[in-house]
Amino acid sequence: MQFIMEQERTNTLKEYLVKLVRRNLRFSSFTALDSVSFSVNRGESVALIGKNGSGKSTMLKIIAGVMDATAGTVRVGGSIAPLIELGAGFDPDLTGRENVFLNGALLGHRHAYMQQNYDSIVEYAELEQFIDVPVRSYSSGMIARLGFSIATHVQADILVVDEVLAVGDYNFQQKCYGTMERLLAQGKTLLFVSHDTEMVKKLCQRAIWLNHGHVMADGPATQVCDAYLDWMKGNEK
Amino acid sequence: MTIRYAHLIVELVKRDLKLKYRRSFLGYFWSLLNPLMMMSVMMVVFSYMFRFNIENYPLYLICGQTIFTFFNESTNRAMYSILENSPLLKKVYVPKCVFPLARVLSCFTTTALSLVAVLIVMIFTRVQFHFSMLLFFVPLIFLLFFASGMGMILSGLAVKFQDVTHLYSVFTMVLMYATPIFYPIEAVPENVARIIRLNPLYTIIYLFRQLMLYGQIPGAGSWFYAAGMSLAMFALGALMFDHMRKSFIFYI
Repeated sequence: MQFIMEQERTNTLKEYLVKLVRRNLRFSSFTALDSVSFSVNRGESVALIGKNGSGKSTMLKIIAGVMDATAGTVRVGGSIAPLIELGAGFDPDLTGRENVFLNGALLGHRHAYMQQNYDSIVEYAELEQFIDVPVRSYSSGMIARLGFSIATHVQADILVVDEVLAVGDYNFQQKCYGTMERLLAQGKTLLFVSHDTEMVKKLCQRAIWLNHGHVMADGPATQVCDAYLDWMKGNEK
Repeated sequence: MTIRYAHLIVELVKRDLKLKYRRSFLGYFWSLLNPLMMMSVMMVVFSYMFRFNIENYPLYLICGQTIFTFFNESTNRAMYSILENSPLLKKVYVPKCVFPLARVLSCFTTTALSLVAVLIVMIFTRVQFHFSMLLFFVPLIFLLFFASGMGMILSGLAVKFQDVTHLYSVFTMVLMYATPIFYPIEAVPENVARIIRLNPLYTIIYLFRQLMLYGQIPGAGSWFYAAGMSLAMFALGALMFDHMRKSFIFYI
């Protein structure tokens, strides 16, 4: 995956043309991921770990189809529930109720299907009281709860989770992990990005450690996490 | 695009409609009231200050104005659709063309409500009913395709070049004067009129007016021209959008 980094942002047509004429349109590129290759089997739970800027989120976005890789291919055999940023699809001016249906549609579900699951979504998010209030006035925890609740209620084969549970309080986090474990037991596949290595060890069998877009290690979660932590501590000094 | 994203378009249209009139006292009634008020203003201006010899001027005005307003509003709103939905595009995969299309469709829904205003004017001015009037929806379908194509082009371009948004407001103003909305085409010199007749928006307005004002079915040439141009614009829009969409993620 290569990103185009514009030297100076050419945001206007005039600038673009002027630079084009002057042959000044230089881009430098930044390679976020380079020859990263792995496959995940159905029912597996895999964590992506690594320090900031190592390409974890980019990897998830490519898998979720939000970005197209500049080179290489991704093959996904199933439907994806992306939990990349909870509540990303929420419209702040709509109420919680209206957003449930809009978000469901974004994840590819019919109105009728969402209607069936509506009560349990709201109950899980613990928002019965606030569901008819515009989302604009929700707290970040409330938004995360509703987003997580919708994403886990839709029928998907693969859960793609990107460090989204940090905003919830302790109880809600525990509930979320419980849900993810339940979904894993049902044979769903999990791709998980987190800096919380304890959680990774608990939830995932396997971990892939990325560093500057390269795979440093790929193996059982406990081993890879320990190696990663040792390396991080070594780097600190 | 699979059928599941058709539901998404429906939900997006619903959102647009809900937000448009939320917290307004008259709500959907505005879609009816607005064209009538605009027409009244224009009628006063052009009946007292600049006079044109047009039979049933109120109906002439509101027909042209309904179509032009739809085009103007839908393409303008579509233009910002990708930019305004950027947080979403970065997080969830959805076919990107749903955003401009949903905006055009939601404007089309309110335009359908505005047709009631046209009907009211027809009743008030005692236009005689003709069965040919029932063809009124055909020019509107052409218009929908034409605006969708234009909306897709604009939404894609606006992501990369913000200038487009500034330029387009000038363009629509030129277009407004270049489309006989409040004046008859006979009022301009013949060589200018020849150019104006090439404007697909005018052809669509012409079809609509012939049906609504006189109950006449215009000649096949106009129908083919309007249909051809609308489909061509839609195809061009889809092609250009498909070409541009891959680089959106780098700009939003």
